[in-house]
Amino acid sequence: MAVDLRARLGHVELPNPILTASGCAGAGRELAQFMDVSKIGAVVTKSVMLAPRAGRPTPRMAETPSGMLNSIGLQGPGIDTFLQRDLPWLLSRGARAVVSIAGSTVAEYADLAGRLSDAAGVTAIEVNISCPNVEHRGQVFACDTGSSSSVIEAVRSRARYDIPVFAKLSPDVTDIVAIAKACVSAGADGLSMINTLLGMAIDTDTMRPHLAGLTGGLSGPAIRPIAVRCIWQVREALPGVPIIGMGGVRTGRDALELILAGASMVSVGTTIFHDPAACVRILRELEEELTARGIERVADVVGLAHQSRSLPARALSPSAGVRRT
Amino acid sequence: MTHSDIEAQVGPVQVRGTVLTVRRVDAYYAMTLVAPAIAARFKPGQFITLAVGGPDTSMLLSRAFSIHDVRPDHGGTVEFVFAIQGRGTQWLAERRARDVLDVTGPLGRPFPVPRDPASCLLIGGGYGSAPLFALADKLRERKCDIDFLLGAANGDRVFGALTARRTGRSATITTEDGSLGVRGVVTDMLDQVIHDGRTDVIYACGPMPMLRQITALARRYDIPVQAAVEEAMACGVGVCMTCVLPVIGSDGITRMSRSCVDGPVFRGEQVRWDEIGTIPFDAFGAPGWEPRTRRAAEATSQSGGHRSGPGGSRRGRAAEPEAEVAAENSTEPGRSAGGGRPGQAARAGGRQPGRQTHGG
Repeated sequence: MAVDLRARLGHVELPNPILTASGCAGAGRELAQFMDVSKIGAVVTKSVMLAPRAGRPTPRMAETPSGMLNSIGLQGPGIDTFLQRDLPWLLSRGARAVVSIAGSTVAEYADLAGRLSDAAGVTAIEVNISCPNVEHRGQVFACDTGSSSSVIEAVRSRARYDIPVFAKLSPDVTDIVAIAKACVSAGADGLSMINTLLGMAIDTDTMRPHLAGLTGGLSGPAIRPIAVRCIWQVREALPGVPIIGMGGVRTGRDALELILAGASMVSVGTTIFHDPAACVRILRELEEELTARGIERVADVVGLAHQSRSLPARALSPSAGVRRT
Repeated sequence: MTHSDIEAQVGPVQVRGTVLTVRRVDAYYAMTLVAPAIAARFKPGQFITLAVGGPDTSMLLSRAFSIHDVRPDHGGTVEFVFAIQGRGTQWLAERRARDVLDVTGPLGRPFPVPRDPASCLLIGGGYGSAPLFALADKLRERKCDIDFLLGAANGDRVFGALTARRTGRSATITTEDGSLGVRGVVTDMLDQVIHDGRTDVIYACGPMPMLRQITALARRYDIPVQAAVEEAMACGVGVCMTCVLPVIGSDGITRMSRSCVDGPVFRGEQVRWDEIGTIPFDAFGAPGWEPRTRRAAEATSQSGGHRSGPGGSRRGRAAEPEAEVAAENSTEPGRSAGGGRPGQAARAGGRQPGRQTHGG
């Protein structure tokens, strides 16, 4: 029997919980050569900014054990081109578009939310708050409850009422639950986590930093346990808030791990770089994992790890079936 | 235009390729994969990406290699050349016949080829020469004359010297230690080879400094250069934005272009070689670019871009339109550039992520 994979993104229903991760799929067009972008839950776009942006100098990437560092610098064509070219293309392919936005001031985020609300077809907005706040000495919005909530409040008030707003959280904070609560209080309909962790690599031959930008965002399976921990903590504190989980998901089993921790949806990122069809593969694998455990609806296992801590371990083994409480 | 390329039906495919052979070729390895769908779509200059390390690999980035050759046997095979530069390429070298690899391709813009017969000079640095031989076959079909100019640190690292000598109208080899051919680097011999061959168009693939020098020298003769660049890639399909370099568009505006989908083959004069590794101040989207855009475009069109070389240009001017027309008006679906991409392949192979980071 087919598993019911439907997932809820705020009040919006998606056919399944597998999404692309922002920055790892462009606006879907390149990956459409390798998979049907309408078959996954949604395409989460690379973060769009108001103006075109050239990004950082090269080298922009370094491979690390089970991970990679990137320092792209949000290169992109800006919101005008996105609305003229990328969004219509996604819609023409029957894909659902979750648009990631980034800015350097609260007003920029608000303007972007307004522009997206005027366009038809935006399924949701994911707010990339891991950007330097030029009005606050360049401190990253996501590292401060006040800055985070200012951005989310501005976006929520400018975004059309029926477009869910998700705040994408950085794990590079002392207390991610405090940031999560601030974002939800400011009106976020849901939370995405986790963004990359700040890292650095030094080339021991040249004895210089690998990346032209010196530091970069660490992603890949190396960070998956951190994603699981963050999702767990936030789910524990805010059990009613939908979470898009991401961080090193390479297989359907990995996706299930994030779902058990509390994610309703799962974004696939770095794995796309060596498997451009990874999203549809992981979707298939997730269905197989659920089937093997006798689970009929993916929604039934969201956050299940929280409830089942007292269950005997064998009840959760594959093919044993899951006891419902 | 990149996006029309992507949407065309001739695009790349992701397949399971079975290893047919892995063999040593001097200082390098050559691997042949059975991958009929890739072989059928291949044009010289294109490349493939491979996932390395198996399903639980700790090496997450695709490795890119230019395609050296395709053959019809076993339904269609693809051969590429690589050097062991780290753990990823070490793993590849340890593959054996019947192993199965996750391979994607053919990727990138191929080399444009002239519509009419022309005198073509094919320049390769190290195993950057690998994609040039399939290009030579295609040029030969169009009755072009082919001169090779291949160079490397030593004779062991000149890839394809024998084939070049056997199949080219001429073949000039340079090595830095003098162990094969002339002692020196390829650009030392460029003037002479251009004069002897009355070169109309240059195809080059190899390290960035070599491509930069070739472009500068060729400009003096008004000879167009199709250069396949080397830039580190993570995905090879255009989503990661890792492999960018400053390229001047037909509108005179410099953009940070992706070598994997906008290249790897670029017209030499369009690449701002000296500014690779930087964001030029007038690049599209650079900090404060907007007020300067118009000025930058004017400056570019005034400097005339390319062919204002004072002396030189004997037949280069006549030949260039051929190459460009073929490139821009090609009716081949999905590929506005008709020819090959030597540079990218070389670059892709030469600067694959593993080598740059944690031992490839």
